[in-house]
Amino acid sequence: MYAQMVTSDPRDETVEDQAFQARIDAGEKIEPRDWMPEGYRKTLIRQIGQHAHSEIVGQLPEGNWITRAPTLERKAILLAKVQDEAGHGLYLYCAAETLGVSRDEMTEMLLDGRMKYSSIFSYPTLTWADMGAVGWLVDGAAIMNQVPLQRTSYGPYARAMIRVCKEESFHQRQGFDIMMKMAKGTPAQKKMAQDALNRFWYPSLMMFGPSDKDSVHSAQSMAWKIKMNTNDELRQKFVDLTVPQAEYLGLTIPDPDLKWNEERGHYDYSEPDWSEFYDVLKGNGPCSVDRIETRKKAWDDGAWVREALMAHSEKQKTKVAAE
Amino acid sequence: MTEPKAPEWPLWEVFIRGQHGASHRHVGSLHAPDAEMAIKHARDVYTRRKEGVSIWVVPTTAIAASNPDMKGPLYDPSDSKPYRHPTFFDIPKEIGTM
Repeated sequence: MYAQMVTSDPRDETVEDQAFQARIDAGEKIEPRDWMPEGYRKTLIRQIGQHAHSEIVGQLPEGNWITRAPTLERKAILLAKVQDEAGHGLYLYCAAETLGVSRDEMTEMLLDGRMKYSSIFSYPTLTWADMGAVGWLVDGAAIMNQVPLQRTSYGPYARAMIRVCKEESFHQRQGFDIMMKMAKGTPAQKKMAQDALNRFWYPSLMMFGPSDKDSVHSAQSMAWKIKMNTNDELRQKFVDLTVPQAEYLGLTIPDPDLKWNEERGHYDYSEPDWSEFYDVLKGNGPCSVDRIETRKKAWDDGAWVREALMAHSEKQKTKVAAE
Repeated sequence: MTEPKAPEWPLWEVFIRGQHGASHRHVGSLHAPDAEMAIKHARDVYTRRKEGVSIWVVPTTAIAASNPDMKGPLYDPSDSKPYRHPTFFDIPKEIGTM
């Protein structure tokens, strides 16, 4: 998902820890000043931090098309969507900061590779139809994960998710709207829409993380209610919802083995190429280097602004004090 | 990361009053160099969809909070005072609304 393969620290079985687990089991929210196990705190910093980084890096593939949107209206909509992603990143950084890490620290960890962002944003956006596919599939997959996270045990994270979910539906619908337009357009436009679906289908399935049998950290995170569903549960839900939408568009999911399984009441589908997923997470995705370089440039180029505004603020304070 | 780090912009807590005359409500926090910029950022981060008509920002360091471990001693005494709620009292039907 936006947070993939988050390693969870093992929990010590102390009395405090059992009392903590009992609070979570009773559905209580954990707040920043409450006692919490170190493992819970560290795992959440990794998870929320990665989620925040994904929102920020996620602006880049879409930012790529702002200047080339086909109409002024589409440009304004895309701009608003990308601005929302910045907002989502900020909500999440603030939630992570309540756990005792600073935003600058997290940014540095992203830039030097100690923290990750979602694999999906290491793929390029080659045509305008990709803006449709990203909104429809990528934001669709994100919603699948974020809706249950509104009930997560950590209060500030749950509240950030509530804000994010309120805005996310706009993102998916604007994407589907682009896909509808393209799919009903000229043969060339429809072909472009199909091509976008072909390229984004498996990377979207990868967003949910590895199969449950290979997902080693799930059990602890689920006990702590910082992960609400297994990877395979959410992936299946996504496939079941998305296949009929593709049919409506008249587009074909690029999976010859995709078929409805009457017995299970779900679609059977092919797993993505997991070796590709692990490779992308390691930083070998088609755009991995470019994404971090772009973020690093923004961070470095913005340094003088951050410093100047701080200096101005200090100067104003001394001025007021002198008066 | 060897060069001396510039100080991080301080953290501000953001409170927003919604459309309908309600109190300002805490919505989240953000970083800004000063109060004026904090309000500008709050407008961009927290009111992109007309969520509010007024913004307060407060330096996070200025907030004092109650101790979560004191939850019991602080709030449990109310449990034994149900008479503070109007429904504690049975008023005959013929009296009507009270």
